[in-house]
Formats: sequence, C-alpha cells, structure tokens
Amino acid sequence: MSPRATKPLQPASTDPAKIRNFCIIAHIDHGKSTLADRMLQITGIVDDRSMRAQYLDRMDIERERGITIKSQAVRMPWELDGETYALNMIDTPGHVDFTYEVSRSLAACEGAILLVDAAQGIEAQTLANLYLAMENDLTIIPVLNKIDLPAADPEKYAKELADLIGGKPEDVLRVSGKTGIGVPELLDLVVEKIPAPVGNADAPARAMIFDSVYDAYRGVITYVRVIDGALKPRERIQMMSTKAAHELIEIGVSSPEPIPSQGLGVGEVGYLITGVKDVRQSKVGDTVTDYAKPASEALPGYTDPKAMVFSGLYPIDGSDYPVLREALDKLKLSDASLNYEPETSVALGFGFRCGFLGLLHLEIITERLEREFGLDLIATAPSVPYEVTTEDKKTVTVTNPSEYPSGKITRVSEPLVRAGILTPKDYVGTIMELCQSRRGNLLGMEYFGEDRVEMKYEIPLGEIVFDFFDHLKSRTQGYASLDYEEAGEQDSDLVKVDILLQGEQVDAFSAIVHKDKAYAYGLMMTERLKKLIPRQQFEVPIQAAIGARIIARETISAIRKDVLAKCYGGDITRKRKLLEKQKEGKKRMKMVGRVEVPQEAFIAALQGDDEVKKK
Amino acid sequence: MAGPLPSGNEMPQDGALPAGVNVDAHLRTMSAYVHVPFCRVRCGYCDFNTYTSTELRGASQLTYVDELEREIVLSTHVLSNAGVPRRKLSSVFFGGGTPTLLPADDLVKTLELLAQHHDIATGAEVTVEANPDTVTDQYMTTLAQAGFTRVSIGMQSAVPEVLKTLDRSHNPESVKNAVHSARKAGLEVSIDLIYGAPGETLEQWQQSLEAAIALDTGHVSAYALIVEEGTALERKIRRGELPQPDDDLEADMYELADTLLSNAGFEWYEVSNWSKSPQQRSTHNLSYWQSNDWWGYGPGAHSHIGGTRFWNVKHPAAYAQRLAEGNSPAAGWEQPDSQAQFLEKILLETRIRQGVSSEGLDTGIIASLISDGLIDGVSAIQKRIVLTIAGRLRADEVVRRLTNS
Repeated sequence: MSPRATKPLQPASTDPAKIRNFCIIAHIDHGKSTLADRMLQITGIVDDRSMRAQYLDRMDIERERGITIKSQAVRMPWELDGETYALNMIDTPGHVDFTYEVSRSLAACEGAILLVDAAQGIEAQTLANLYLAMENDLTIIPVLNKIDLPAADPEKYAKELADLIGGKPEDVLRVSGKTGIGVPELLDLVVEKIPAPVGNADAPARAMIFDSVYDAYRGVITYVRVIDGALKPRERIQMMSTKAAHELIEIGVSSPEPIPSQGLGVGEVGYLITGVKDVRQSKVGDTVTDYAKPASEALPGYTDPKAMVFSGLYPIDGSDYPVLREALDKLKLSDASLNYEPETSVALGFGFRCGFLGLLHLEIITERLEREFGLDLIATAPSVPYEVTTEDKKTVTVTNPSEYPSGKITRVSEPLVRAGILTPKDYVGTIMELCQSRRGNLLGMEYFGEDRVEMKYEIPLGEIVFDFFDHLKSRTQGYASLDYEEAGEQDSDLVKVDILLQGEQVDAFSAIVHKDKAYAYGLMMTERLKKLIPRQQFEVPIQAAIGARIIARETISAIRKDVLAKCYGGDITRKRKLLEKQKEGKKRMKMVGRVEVPQEAFIAALQGDDEVKKK
Repeated sequence: MAGPLPSGNEMPQDGALPAGVNVDAHLRTMSAYVHVPFCRVRCGYCDFNTYTSTELRGASQLTYVDELEREIVLSTHVLSNAGVPRRKLSSVFFGGGTPTLLPADDLVKTLELLAQHHDIATGAEVTVEANPDTVTDQYMTTLAQAGFTRVSIGMQSAVPEVLKTLDRSHNPESVKNAVHSARKAGLEVSIDLIYGAPGETLEQWQQSLEAAIALDTGHVSAYALIVEEGTALERKIRRGELPQPDDDLEADMYELADTLLSNAGFEWYEVSNWSKSPQQRSTHNLSYWQSNDWWGYGPGAHSHIGGTRFWNVKHPAAYAQRLAEGNSPAAGWEQPDSQAQFLEKILLETRIRQGVSSEGLDTGIIASLISDGLIDGVSAIQKRIVLTIAGRLRADEVVRRLTNS
C-alpha cells in the first residue's frame, strides 16, 4: 500500500505526466459518494474529524436521495513508487437527465472508475454512462463496491463486468468504500492505468467548462479542465460561444475546499471565479480562452441544453405566485438548463411553464422549490415538445396542450427516445407488455451474465414521461432500471383531448395523446373528475372532446341536501365552527365558469388519486 | 366519547363570567338545560356526552343530584356576581343520555332545586327526554305532579330493522304505551324520529312517519342521522359492513316528512321540528335559536349568558371532582367576535319559521336566493329571510351565501 504524499504538487507548475484525471461512474446507491469520501480521507486532504459523510454532495436533496446533481472536481495528492502525483477526481452527475453534463465531465477525464454494487450488479443508467465513457476513449477501471455486505456476490458480478468491458474477472478490483478496504490499491491503479493528459503548453489557452455552480457569496464558480496553454490570475478571459469577456478574480483548485493558485496549466482541473452572477454566462461545454491571445478554434462538443419535458408549476396558494417567480429566478442562477415563462390556467391560476432536461430534473426542481423556498406546488402532467403542422403549412412547437393549434392539422411529430431497460429475465414478458402498450418498438435484447437482460426499445418520449417508470418499477418489484436517450422524432396519429366542465374547457387536463388512446383518456378523466368534484347547486356535465366531437360524458347531479342536524344540548359553538370551516373550504375553491372545484380535486385528478379527503 | 369540546379561553376556578354579560339581560329569557349523562347501553350512532356504567370511572348516578345541586348553587352566585338580575326560568329541559334512567324522585328533586334557587315562571315548559322502555304510569304521574309539562319520547323509528341498525333496544309497541302513560298523566308529548339510518328505505321511513302521526301528539322532531366520527356506526360504514347514507335519499325523506306531517295538521317551525299549533312548539328549543340565555347543568353541558358561551368538563368524574373541591365545572368560554356573532345570528335564526330580518344583508345575494328557490320571495319583500322547503334542505348553503358579502 502506498503512503500518503507528503509534498503535494503545486498547481500551475505540475508536469502533466504527474496528473491523472478520472471520474467515477456508478448507479445511485452503489456507493460512489462513500468511496469518494474515503479517497479524501485516505489521501489526507480531509482530516478524519472534519469528515462529513458524503463530503462532495452539498445539497440536502442530494444527500437524502443519494444522487449527485452537481459535479465538482477535487485535487488529491498520491504517492506511488516514490513519485508524487496529483489526482483530479471529477464527480459526475449520475442520472440520465444530465447526460450532456455527464458527457462534458467525461470529456475532462482520461479514465473512469466503473463502480458497481457487488450485491446488485450493473444498472441501465450505469451502462449508459459507461457507453459514453468508452465512446470518449476513457480507460476503464472496473471496481466492485460493498464487498463487505453479506449479500455481496463478487464472483458473479466480476464475471459480468469482465464480459462487458473485456479482461479477466480477477482483474476486477474489490473494495469497500465504507471500511476503506481496497481503496489505496484503487488509487495506485488510477496512477498506473490511467494515461496522463496531453496538451500543447505553448498554444493559446483552451479550457473546457464541465460545470458551473452558483454560490450566494462568490457568484458563479466555473469548473474547467485546461487542454492547451495556461490560465493565470487577474488575466481577462473569454467565453468562446458568446465572446463575453470577464476578469479572472480568482483561480484555484478544490482540495476539497477552494485554494487559490498561481494558475492552471495543461491537463489541470480547477475553478474560476469572475464575479458573474448567472450560470448562463458560463455554460457547460463552452471553451474558455485568453482574451488577449485567443484560440482560433473552440473545443468540440458544445451544445445548448435542450428541454425535453415540460410542465406547468403552480403555487397551491395563489398569493405565493411572486414567491415562485423569485424562487425560479434564483434557481436559474445555478441551473442553466432550467427555463420557464409565465402561464395562466383557468383551473390553477397563475404559474409558470417550465422546461426540464427530463423527469428527474423536474422532480428535483419541484422539490427544491418546495424545500428551499417553502412553496406548496402542483405540477401539471408532464408534456413533451410536439411539432404540429397546420393546413396552411405552418409548423409550431407545442410544449403545452393548451397551445395546440385549432383547425385542421396535417402532421404531428413527436420526440422518440431509445430506452434501455435492464431487468432480471423473469420480467421480460411483463416489460414487453408495458412497452407495447406505450407504443414501444423492440430493437433488441442482450443478456448480461446468466439472468439479466437489457431490452432496447424505441419509444415515444411522451409515453414515458407519464408514470412509465412507476409502472416499470411496480411490475418488476423494483428490479428493472431504465435509461433513455434522444432518438429523433416520428410522425404519429396524435390528437388533443380536452376536458370540459359545464362546457368550459379545463386547460390543466388537456392532453395530447395517440388517437387510439383518446377515448380511454377521456373516459378516465371524466370518471375521475366525477368522483372528485363535489355536487353543485346545479347539474354539471363533464365531457371529454376532440375538437368539437364529444367522446365521453359524465354528469354530476345537483345537490339537494346541505344542512347540519340539531345542535347538541345548546352547543352552538360547534355548529358555528362547522360552518366557518365550510366557508373556509369554499374560499379555496377555484371557479370554472360557475362550477366550484376544490383545488384538491384538481391536484388529485392530476396525480391520478381518486380520493379527495372530505372536509 | 362525544366530539371534543371547543377550544376557547380557560375558565377561572370560580367560574366567574367576563364583564358585560348582564347588559340587556331583562330583554332575554332565562332557561335551564340539565344533562343526564347516563345510558344503559351506547347506541352505535350516538356521539353525545353519555356513559354506560362501566365507563363512569368512579362517578355515580347515585350522587348525581347532589352534584347538580352544587352547580345550581354555584350558578346563582356566578350570575349575581356578574350583575345578572335574577330571572324566572321560562323553560327547563332534561336531556341526555337517558334522563329517565334516574329515579323519578331525582328528577323531581332537581326541578325543586332549580325552583328554589332560580324560581320557575308560571306556565314554564318543563320537558324530559324519555326512552320508551323506561316510561311507566307511575313515573309519568310523579313527574307531572312535580311540575313537568312535557315529555319527548325517543321513538326514532317504527321499523324493527331500522331500530336494530340504530342499536335501539325498545319494542315499537312500547312507544304507544309510553305516549299513553304520559298523556294520562297530563303531559304534552313530542315524538323524536331519526331518518337516514344505513339501509333504511323511503317506504320504511313512511311507515315510521305514519306510526308517529297515528300517535296523535302535538309535536314531532325528525332529525337526519349524522354519521359522527369515532362512533361504532362510522367504523361499520368505513369497513363496508353498512352502506353509506345517501344525501339524495335523505332529501326525499325530509320532503316526505314535511308532506305527511303537513297533511296531518303539523306545521314546521324549525328545520327539524313540527307542531300542530304555535302553543305546542318547544319554547326551550326556540330559545337556543333566538339566542336567549340558558345555563347548561351537568358534564359537557353548554351555557349561553349575554353573548358569552361556556361549557363544562366532559367526564362525570371530573365534573364531580371539581364541584366537590368547591370549584366551577366549567372548562372554557368564548365571546364570539362580531363576525362570528353575525354568522351565529344568521345560522340560528334562518332555521326558524319566522326567519331572520333582512336588514343589513346583501340584496343581490337575497335576490339570487329567491331565484334559486331557496328563500320565500314574499317574505323577503317583507324584510324577512324565510327558507322554502328546498332552502331548509340546503340551509347551510343559504347561510354561507348570506354571510359571504
């Protein structure tokens, strides 16, 4: 085992041959953060006492969910055979929604640790990231984690990993991030196996942004990997995509707390602070160069993040609208992929139409809004961007069913994804059934080891944004995992189904669905609303319609009895309180035309929950 | 068991009332309600403050009159300390629980104590609720001779299956005998009915109404069954052992009651009460709706004196202990603010036949209530808000709309 390095190498003057840049590819829960913690401890940059569990994950949500949302880079010294090295560990986001961010993190590395739970084996999402790493020509170090668990089956999964990436099962390193077993050996392997970065020190500076985060005190902190040349403190830098120039207020490395340095040289990884306040000015994938001596060509691979899932976010209490606006403005500072615009809904009042990278991104943003800003929110059913062409040959992008053009539609195209579902083989049948019902097209199946299969489907994104994952999990007792990537678009027979309450359209329930499912959707929503909407003073028809054609109808009959019984031995107080409560309940009603609908009914209908608690 | 007490201000140990309760006291009548919190068995639908012998935790029926005496004495002190003038009681009501579970002499003694400490007005209405099984000629005669004027008999239904659902143990035949005994003793008789028991049909309800009408009393009350949280009935419905009551069927039942009772010469004077003549209306009941003063004696009883509402501790054992220690049994009190007072006035007074004055109410809302058929247009022109039959069925909605401006 190697000793701790006693004299760490200085940033800005480190020979690239002594640098190793790597990341860890792992599934949620497979112990990436725990392993990273152990590395910080073993290399001595975090002392044992101040060790906070999962040091690298800063946000509460991340720690609770065990998901890393924002990647960071940590520089660790390590000694092997008398030589000191600088290891840069780049923490990658682990989820499918952040594929682009993952790809940029990977582009900043020469190698990757493939970390797999020795009791569970590889998961679909890890496969996707592994695929990206191999496409980026990264050197892969396969590692089984949690070997101290009683349920661990390292023999089985070592074979699986060896089959997957080539090599022998006995080459798969076995570690325990929890106890630290095997971790020093792993650091040695990183030095031995992963190539040193290569770049031209004399060329104009080019550094790739692989992450940028917003810090309330310091503004945007930009994480970069220097490819060519060098960046120095107090020089002016330029973002090559926008040509915007900024003063470098601070440059340094994380270890893991930020430490200012004399600059960053070829192959080095560190952070920049320019005083800008909005992450949009420091975009992931962009190239940073020297303003005075700019590079002629940007690094390849930069794209703007594209929203794939849209949802309306509304405060449950209408008076919280300004709070929601402020909260989104704040989140935007740290999340360049979040976009939104104001939207009004008959059913839900004032809110925002938000675009997200994917479902998890939506969930994380909603949760952060609720947790960090104390908001109570309702999200409309997620929608995807449709390209709709009307008779007059105009094509519009529809991200909200209520914006669907009226009149004759000649063509609708919808986004497709290629989905990989990794599952124990016993569930293949039930998954096929599910995917078929969601208009999936089976592309192929591949066996992993003896009992696991990866099923590849082409499937409309619109079919998986709505409760697909829940169904997948419940049909497979939670064993199946899902990953997907964009796969172009296709023309489909899609229609918009509207839901009408006493003739008034309830925008929040309009949906764009396949023609064959329109009736089922209409029936489900009208039945659901009939159960949820209390009876009114008059009869209320609930209809589902495609254009002017009614496809389903339910009726809520008028209320006839609305009176409390006797007063109990003169307990007027109780009676008054009951009425006060009723009146309070009425105040929270939303009006659709003349129909009073409790907000909870809308929420329950959107959540597919038929029971509204009677007040 | 029963629903929880309201949350209010804590009552001082001596039960002293806040200042101002005496203002205009001479314009209000004074009544007494006596709660008898004992039952032989608990009916499945009931969430009233009542206890079977095993639930009494040391409290005893045997000493109950002594405890009532302590509270009666205390009430006269509290009232005179608050500057409320002594007023003769215009009505007394013994409710429960099952008041007739006490020996007739206990009821008589309690009435005597009230007379001794408050005085009772000439012609005052003195009512006792009675379970048909507990009524005998002897019992009724004893009460009538002591000054009781009225008995309210808990018939509930004439249909054995319905009585069984309600856990009522009496034989439908015994109602006739009870009415006969009461009448022989010279007492006015009222019949209490419940409709909307799970599984009860409109035909069964008609049977009960006809049976009640055939008893030829001057007064009938008909209350819709309310499934109260925490009752055995609610649990049975939740578990699917009994069907959920149906609001539409209950509306049909109410309409049927009003029709049959009207045809038999009754007239509604409160949403759930009908009488053959104005003289046969329950004075005591009306005093609640008209916000007069009353003192409620006994565990969990509620009182209203000059705009202040207060209530006693619920359990008979706690009640007895407080009185034994020389303290007031009152647990809390409240003075509704002007908005709550407005709501109370509307909710109480719209329920009675003479209705509430339309003064100060929103004319637009009144017009919409007339056009929706919930209040009587002619009365509205004469400045009274009087419910139509549809309005009686939706009285709460009317109150919410009237108080929304």
